[in-house]
Amino acid sequence: MEIFSNHKKLFGVAFLFFAGLSVMVAILPAINNQTNNAPLPGSEALSGDALAGKQIFIANGCVSCHSQQVRNVDMDKGWGPRPSIAADYANNVRMHWWMNTATLMGTERTGPDLTNIGNRLPSADWHLLHLYNPRAVIEESIMPAYPWLFEWKENISISDKVVNLPEGFEGRPDEKLVATKEALALVSYLQSLKQMPLPDGTPAPTFLYEKKSDINTSSKDASELDGALLYANNCLACHQANGEGLKGAFPPLKGSAVVLDDNPEILIDIIMRGYNARDEYAEMPPVGMNSNLKPDEVTAIINHERSSWGNNGKKISVEEVEKIMTFIKTQTPDL
Amino acid sequence: MKLKSKYYAVSIILLQMALPVAAEPLKPASMFPWLLVITTIFIVLVSLILWTALKIRSTLTRHFLKKDVSSFVKLNLQELNDEEIDILLDARKNKNKLARSSSLKKVSLLFGGIIVTHPILAAPISGSGTTLLSQPGIIITLVLILIPLFLLVLFLIFKINKVIIRYHAKEKEREAAQLADYLLHLEEQEIEPLLLKRKASLQYRLSNTELAGIIVPEDRKGIIQRPTNDTGIHFVATKKKALKRPNIDPQFSSLILWFLGTAIFWLVFGTTVGEYLGIKFVSPDVDHVSWLSFGRLRPVHTNAVFWGWSSLAMIGLGHYVVSVVSNTPIASLRKGWIALLLINASVIIGTIFLMAGINNGGGEYREYVWPVMALFGAGLIITLINFIQTIAKRTTHEIYISNWYIVSAIIFTVVIAFIAYWPTWQNGLGETIVQGYYMHQGVGMWFMLFSLGIVYYFLPQQLNKPIYSYSLGILAFWTQILFYTLIGTHHFVFSSIPWWLQTVAIVGSMGMLIPVTAGTTNFVMTFKGDWSKIGNSYTLPFYAVGIVFYFTGSFQGTAEAFRYTNLLWHFTDFTVAHSHITMYGIVAFLLWGSIYALVPRLTGSEPPQLMVGAHFWLAFIGLLFYSIPLMIGGTLKGLMWMDGKPFMDSVKMMAPYWLWRAIGGSLMWLSHLFFAYNFYRLIVPKKEVDMKTIAFEKIKEAQVKNEAFLYN
Repeated sequence: MEIFSNHKKLFGVAFLFFAGLSVMVAILPAINNQTNNAPLPGSEALSGDALAGKQIFIANGCVSCHSQQVRNVDMDKGWGPRPSIAADYANNVRMHWWMNTATLMGTERTGPDLTNIGNRLPSADWHLLHLYNPRAVIEESIMPAYPWLFEWKENISISDKVVNLPEGFEGRPDEKLVATKEALALVSYLQSLKQMPLPDGTPAPTFLYEKKSDINTSSKDASELDGALLYANNCLACHQANGEGLKGAFPPLKGSAVVLDDNPEILIDIIMRGYNARDEYAEMPPVGMNSNLKPDEVTAIINHERSSWGNNGKKISVEEVEKIMTFIKTQTPDL
Repeated sequence: MKLKSKYYAVSIILLQMALPVAAEPLKPASMFPWLLVITTIFIVLVSLILWTALKIRSTLTRHFLKKDVSSFVKLNLQELNDEEIDILLDARKNKNKLARSSSLKKVSLLFGGIIVTHPILAAPISGSGTTLLSQPGIIITLVLILIPLFLLVLFLIFKINKVIIRYHAKEKEREAAQLADYLLHLEEQEIEPLLLKRKASLQYRLSNTELAGIIVPEDRKGIIQRPTNDTGIHFVATKKKALKRPNIDPQFSSLILWFLGTAIFWLVFGTTVGEYLGIKFVSPDVDHVSWLSFGRLRPVHTNAVFWGWSSLAMIGLGHYVVSVVSNTPIASLRKGWIALLLINASVIIGTIFLMAGINNGGGEYREYVWPVMALFGAGLIITLINFIQTIAKRTTHEIYISNWYIVSAIIFTVVIAFIAYWPTWQNGLGETIVQGYYMHQGVGMWFMLFSLGIVYYFLPQQLNKPIYSYSLGILAFWTQILFYTLIGTHHFVFSSIPWWLQTVAIVGSMGMLIPVTAGTTNFVMTFKGDWSKIGNSYTLPFYAVGIVFYFTGSFQGTAEAFRYTNLLWHFTDFTVAHSHITMYGIVAFLLWGSIYALVPRLTGSEPPQLMVGAHFWLAFIGLLFYSIPLMIGGTLKGLMWMDGKPFMDSVKMMAPYWLWRAIGGSLMWLSHLFFAYNFYRLIVPKKEVDMKTIAFEKIKEAQVKNEAFLYN
């Protein structure tokens, strides 16, 4: 065959074969995907601080460890209320002439997924402390610390965002730790990462490979949810596994009067709508509202908090919680 | 009687092997269909081999017994040596009766073999009965693990065979006693003269001068090289030395050595960074410098070993291979130097940019921004032109398969780089599809294709025989293009890019079994009959390891692409283990073998063999320590996630596995220091005071003086 001894033909054929396949599996699908895609109604492109924060996120290679995609499989449920769809990424476009579109979907989850981090962990104080040194909030974390996003200041001005450091992480005695513009931008990018609800009536894609209900747990009341797991996913980041919080940053739940109060109204209100009345602690975000916690889930969390770490409070029922939550809802219509 | 007992033994062995199968219905049947098939094939294979071995043995014995003993002596007189004839004659003369030896011990060792065989065969089945085992991806992985186990079984069969042989030897001993008895009591006297005649012919001796004459030999054509009288016992095996090729242009050599030298710099640099990253998993607060933070260094590591080490080494070796198989000098040395500069410049600038926080917005191996990657691309295009021009003026008729692979690899990579980096055509989500395509084509079309091209030249050269099959190489070439091009999206299974594209990628990953099997078969069959050469060569062990990982690493890639295995392994450290098995186990090992094969031919010096051994073993053992803990840890992590355990639990669980990874990584890193030292020794040979060299220098000097004196 001539092809074996004619380099023009041989390499020409190989080139055309490869280029043809590339057009079919890469170029055409890519063009098709980027032209037939539009952001969800109500979602806005990033701007200002959040956009600057995205650049910092990219520059520090956060995508090495953090993905931003909720796959349509059951095990990804914890990262967002619904599977990600193409429209979620429609606002992600080129930022500079010298740079491709950031592909932040990621291929590694050495750290948690960030698709919905703005809802899951909305507290700016938490993020700042965590960025300054992740070990200050999560002991076993292996995330790098980013102290160069902060500076030490003797004289604080009103506009400075001071970061309260917990015990064991205090820095210089006469100076305060202040978040730089970059740190604040990065946090506002993280806060902007929220899964948009689909427009009314649009069914969300289903999660595949649904886990069949575990028969082993039948010893417990089948209707009772795993409070420890719900606590771990929603509360633990700030209030810690031992329920003691972090001195100077997040209040303890162990022995807390609010938690142990026989009347759970205030507790449920704080879980659902957040709280910011005490200066010595960071602001509590409306965790329940953000994560769309159901009454049975709130009940499980409360009962877990009331029966752990030496706490010995009265157990409450789902009906009781449901009643209070309906009452709160009537007061805040957007809930 | 004897035969009966043998079949009885065989049936016991079979029964022992069947036991685990019989135990199976106890477990949920639906989980085991695949495993059952594998086990059955396995058992059938083993019993078949055993049965054949026994059958051959028994027929041989029967045949021997049927022979008439007296005619045996007559016909096989030739087989007796003079000593035996003497003994026979003496014995017959004295008419001494030999005592009958009748002790016959039953050999019961067979049963020992059975006991050993049983647990080994049972092992693959004793896995826990979870749904995991019904997944093709898991099964493929299990089969890959079973391969060494299979080799172990083969080894056991060998052993059993040996026992059987010993058993037969005993039987023959008994028959021999009968024969001796018979020979002594033979009545016929005519055998005596025959024996005497035979003895006389056996005692005839040659004078050793019949053919060679009495002239002292001399090597007039210089065929004998490097003779040695050193016959002492060595601590390490002496490896064969490379022969210097006389006709290589020293300037061409220097270009190749610069490619390889800079490649080795990037290997040491890139893996030092990698080692440091591994340490950060164990000790995250080891530094707080922005330029050294994990997210910035990780792409520094990957890009330095990709575009610095592997690429430069491949292109350097490529210059040699392309010109040598075209049987013509390289078209342009100048182009080679320009490419060298451009590629090195892109890696230097890219590294600094990444550390400063200027990158391309994520996307593995696409972290260099396009103005930096353009330098690399320009280097590639210049190399491509240079190679094609060299091939165009080749003095061979056909284009050797190495050049198919090498030139195509460069063409494809230029195409890939243009598609992925061209800044105007794409924007938005489409880039994720392009990213998957780019990342995987970079691995498969650049590193894999190019390395294979290099191996197609160096492996046959090192084994001193042609490649087993040209056609298999061609089949692998076209099927690699067809299937590999499709598989990019398997990095984004279950993501928001089109489902059909994900399915195409998974199917393409299955298709990859064809080129990988074809390639592996080709290499293994080329090796066939010459495995013993591995022992006395310092290049072939690298190829052997590279080929084994080519097979297992690529098959693992296919297994990872399935939807179920994506649930289990995607996002975990399993992927990291896989990429090291392939980029290190395959590509780096093949490149090392080729560098050790080529450089001694260019410089005429030899690497210190002990150091080559240290390099090989540290790299090999280090890779296993690196990848196996990550695969185990990655699997456990995936299971925890599937169970809905809190994320931090999986981080805590990984800690010991990350520690093992850091240990394995340290061994790998250490091996690179040995490698760099070996390369240095190859270029700058150790100066030993050699009497001969100095004497000849003195003679030369004297001659120059004489000439100067004469001319003046």
